[in-house]
Amino acid sequence: MTIATHAASAPGEPAAGAASSRSGGSGAAVGREGGRAQGVDARDASRVARPPLWLVVLASLAALAASIPLVYLVVRGGESGLDRIVETLSRGRVLEYAANSLGLAAATTATALVLGTAVAFTLSRLRVPFPRLWLLASALPLAVPSFLAGYGWLVLAPGIDGFVPSWLLLSAVTMPYVALPVAAALRGASGDLEGVARTLGRGPFPAFLVATWPQVRPAAIAGGLLVALYALSDFGLVAMMRFPTLTWGINAAYSASFDRAQAAILALLLVVLALLVVLGERTARGRVPRAAARAVAPRTIGRGMLLSLLPVVAAAPVVGVAIPLLGLATRLVQAETLRELDVPRLLAAVGSTVGVALAAAALAVVLALPIAALAARFRGRLVSAIESVGFLGHALPGIVVGLSLVFFSLAVLPALYQSVVVLVFAYAVLFMPKAIGTMRSGLADVPVSLVAVARTLGDSPLRAWWRVTVPLALPSVGIGALLVAIATMKELPATLLLRPTGIQTLATELWNRTVVFEFGAAAPYAAVLVLIAAVPAMVLSGIRSTAKEEL
Amino acid sequence: MRLHPAVSVLALSTAGLLLAGCAAPADPGAPADPGASAPAAESDNAFTLYSGRDEDLVQPLIDAFEAETGIDVEVRYGNTAELGALLLEEGDATPADVFLSQDAGALGALANAGLFSILPDDIADAVPAGFSSTDGNWVGVTGRARVVAFDGEKYSADELPSDIDAYTEDEWRGLLGFAPTNASFQSFVTAYRVLEGEEAAEAYLTALAGNEPQIFEGNSAILTAVNEGVLDVGLINHYYWFAQASEVGAENMRAQLKFLDAGDPGSIVNVTGAGVLNGSAADADALAFVEYLVSEEGQTYFVEQTFEYPLVVGIDAPEGLPSLESLVNPELDLSDLETIEETQELLARVGLI
Repeated sequence: MTIATHAASAPGEPAAGAASSRSGGSGAAVGREGGRAQGVDARDASRVARPPLWLVVLASLAALAASIPLVYLVVRGGESGLDRIVETLSRGRVLEYAANSLGLAAATTATALVLGTAVAFTLSRLRVPFPRLWLLASALPLAVPSFLAGYGWLVLAPGIDGFVPSWLLLSAVTMPYVALPVAAALRGASGDLEGVARTLGRGPFPAFLVATWPQVRPAAIAGGLLVALYALSDFGLVAMMRFPTLTWGINAAYSASFDRAQAAILALLLVVLALLVVLGERTARGRVPRAAARAVAPRTIGRGMLLSLLPVVAAAPVVGVAIPLLGLATRLVQAETLRELDVPRLLAAVGSTVGVALAAAALAVVLALPIAALAARFRGRLVSAIESVGFLGHALPGIVVGLSLVFFSLAVLPALYQSVVVLVFAYAVLFMPKAIGTMRSGLADVPVSLVAVARTLGDSPLRAWWRVTVPLALPSVGIGALLVAIATMKELPATLLLRPTGIQTLATELWNRTVVFEFGAAAPYAAVLVLIAAVPAMVLSGIRSTAKEEL
Repeated sequence: MRLHPAVSVLALSTAGLLLAGCAAPADPGAPADPGASAPAAESDNAFTLYSGRDEDLVQPLIDAFEAETGIDVEVRYGNTAELGALLLEEGDATPADVFLSQDAGALGALANAGLFSILPDDIADAVPAGFSSTDGNWVGVTGRARVVAFDGEKYSADELPSDIDAYTEDEWRGLLGFAPTNASFQSFVTAYRVLEGEEAAEAYLTALAGNEPQIFEGNSAILTAVNEGVLDVGLINHYYWFAQASEVGAENMRAQLKFLDAGDPGSIVNVTGAGVLNGSAADADALAFVEYLVSEEGQTYFVEQTFEYPLVVGIDAPEGLPSLESLVNPELDLSDLETIEETQELLARVGLI
């Protein structure tokens, strides 16, 4: 029996949502209250367990950074009166756009959740040929910018447009946000329970629902949140697929009216939608039931079953990677601008792309850590608010976040304006949510009792945290960092606004060429961008969410 | 902590506001670029350009300018809308000396915000009225005609209507594509309002919206759709066709262009242009560049490389295009096109945006 199991079966396990069994167990609080919380009624424990002040302060600072776009939008939107706000929101097709945004986000999230979980389960729990290779292929859609996926599809199927292709393509490119964390969680979770359920006469699917789903649910739902926010903020793909969403409205406000107030009002509407999604996720997340972590041998299945699973596992890599790349290659063959490739220029773009991506990943992890630590161990309105704010930047189009950082850096740090520092900071604000979600589940999985043991052995709270929590949660930090790095490599609008003049990333170089139809000249940049972003995606496919001690 | 989430979010935002507010007075609009505040007509042989036009199209011209004058041009590329918003956000703190814009709407918005300095007469007057700012805030550089792109395998130019109204008739139901959120389409609608009156414009747009139009996000997507054979006719700017033709070869273009009748609102000419930012009114390098754009050399470059209309008198239009004079509508003044807000209200009312 592991200690983790012991903690789960401790008396006073609270009902879902009432309080967390880990509520007494932050590194700092454990000495004061941890022991008591284990023994007393759970409702009492939730009242006693207050997050330590330093953690709240750090998390609030990070949330403050994440709230910069929100502040900017309130300032800009507030410049117009209430009449104007009502008029903007009730005008023309704005509400239809909002409904489209919400519908697309809902459909994409549901699809990515089901498909991602199915893929993860198939590759982790069933005996399939080349499981590592398939998992790697399942991570690859992450590396393809959604506008590139849309573009590639349109080359081969120029007639497609509207909701259905937007939904299917977005689902394909976002599916890894669910599949990878769920696969990682499955590798850590116990399969025994499912076996037990099967022997008790349940079919495979009910057995999965009853025994395994609760263990991977937090990971799946946290991934689903990222999918939903991605779908809400996407502009490139829906523009190509001609499915008008709120991001169209925001873009039109900048590009046709040159009206920042109007854009801000529409963006605030997007923030409200995002808030609904974030709060929905908080309700749906639930807790991870503890069970012994032990390696589960994959089940052998028949050839017919195996073949019927092939479309499930292949769907996202084919739709999100293979077909778009084929489309690009087709264009490349037709193009007449196959000119000599400027290799030093390409290498310079690779260098700056990798550089800013690494820096952004590091900064995003540092900002996300206190928020994740707080959300992993504590509940309450303040915690909920801090975490929600941390996620909001991800729901906004890059142009809004970019302009907010222009506004902020000119007001606060004019000396750093148009420097790499502000650019990296913007990436961190934009993509911090990708790190919060994964790190939160990673930190939550660290058994409270282990930390308590370290404390009783005389470790200071900090030392206990360093010796127990950090090593166990490190893989989830890695996942968060890699997700941020990949997203940074693909980012365009904020990069165009904030980069130091003259600096090019692969995404800006690609943009330089696609806007003038130079598909031939663009292709090498597209290929290199996907290749480079595929490296962290491949690493991702192999990481466990939490290092667990096994029997 | 018993705070309602919304209250907490608000509190955090307010804290951020205060932070921004406190810090703002520390920097009362100090120019980020020390060169920008230089006194009368100074040259330090360098300036910063924000270009809303693409690097591949503009950089060769800038290289030629640099070689000729020895002036260093630091260029920031982006799309016109983003750079316009960026300049509005930067205000007087902008490092930019010159803004080169893809369309007149952005220039008008920046002029209205008081961000441009008045250009010297010799630059402002290089381009005839009607293609330039009426008050010297910015100067027109090139023109793009609104055209109908059509599927060359289904139609010939002769059998297509040559007035824009005809495209709302039943035979075009579901076959016409355009980009209602795009600035150039909205300029066309404004021109329609100015030329034909508000009532006629509303009637036209109602008919357009009721004819099952194909809605796109931008001009290049429309052209691509026509070229792929999935859209019969689409409203775009002429130069997109030439840009794509130079990529795939003109003989491989399935889409063809139909120029509408002179005087028809559907054939108006949109202009691109450039303005000098406030802090750089006396920057000789910046002014030299804007002057270069409307010089014979600059204008010829655009004619030959981007197939746009030159705006300076005496320079020929690109080969194979109707003359600019045949497209100019004497009843239309460029300043009339600034009533974009009314246009958007109209578009919203008929359900197109």
